[in-house]
Amino acid sequence: MLLGPALSISAVLFTLGVLGVLLRRNAIVIFMCVELMLNAVNLTFVALAQSLGMGGQVFVFFVMAVAAAEAAVGLAIILAVYRHKQSVSLQNMNLLKDG
Amino acid sequence: MTSTIFWSFGILAMLSALLCITRKNPVASALWLVVTLFSIAALFVLLDAQFLAVLQVLVYAGAIMVLFLFVIMLLNLGRPGPSDIKGPLGLGVAVLLGAALLLLLQPLSRTTLPSAITLPPGSVPALQQQQGIVGSVANPLFGAYLIPFEITSVLLLAAIVGAVVLAKRKL
Repeated sequence: MLLGPALSISAVLFTLGVLGVLLRRNAIVIFMCVELMLNAVNLTFVALAQSLGMGGQVFVFFVMAVAAAEAAVGLAIILAVYRHKQSVSLQNMNLLKDG
Repeated sequence: MTSTIFWSFGILAMLSALLCITRKNPVASALWLVVTLFSIAALFVLLDAQFLAVLQVLVYAGAIMVLFLFVIMLLNLGRPGPSDIKGPLGLGVAVLLGAALLLLLQPLSRTTLPSAITLPPGSVPALQQQQGIVGSVANPLFGAYLIPFEITSVLLLAAIVGAVVLAKRKL
């Protein structure tokens, strides 16, 4: 059975995604790291679907649809922010910060 | 044999994910992420999810990553500039938190499922033999999960409208 290896690869991939979100300041790269985390979870779903039934694979389908919607809206937001600030660095997105 | 192939694709996925989060250039990051997505597609094939592997390549590597690269191109972010990776303090905090998370997640891979809820080994390939590879995903999707499937279409419509409204200067 490949359940153990799959779950451990998925844990590493999820951690790398979280690390990317914490490390980077470029909004687009952070977005890609979120996609990486979604993929790590998808891998978990598929691995568990092998022993718990096809429901897991159906759920991956839904996660992919949500990821596609999220990418479209998120990149449109990044485009709108870039038009205001001429930058996609999160350091410049401080309108809600005091002073 | 299967285990060796599985681990080699898994290590490829992890290495390219590491390169993805450490490359300074967003285009290089995006291309390393494509390598990760392809390796995950290979892992899906080895886990009896061939249909999802095809979807992974089509939707993720094909559509979503092209969208990312298109936005990088549109904003002209590929040119060399100062690094956006945080300094030593940020790096230390991030690595510490990452190590803590990995420590919490890694024991999950040693869990054993109770035999009362698991299917007998080889039952998913048997189902795929019987209903077809696409059919075995489609039957639950258009049966038990029909209402969530229909709601997904509303979600996609909302995303399309939202993206157009946000990206257009003047409607």
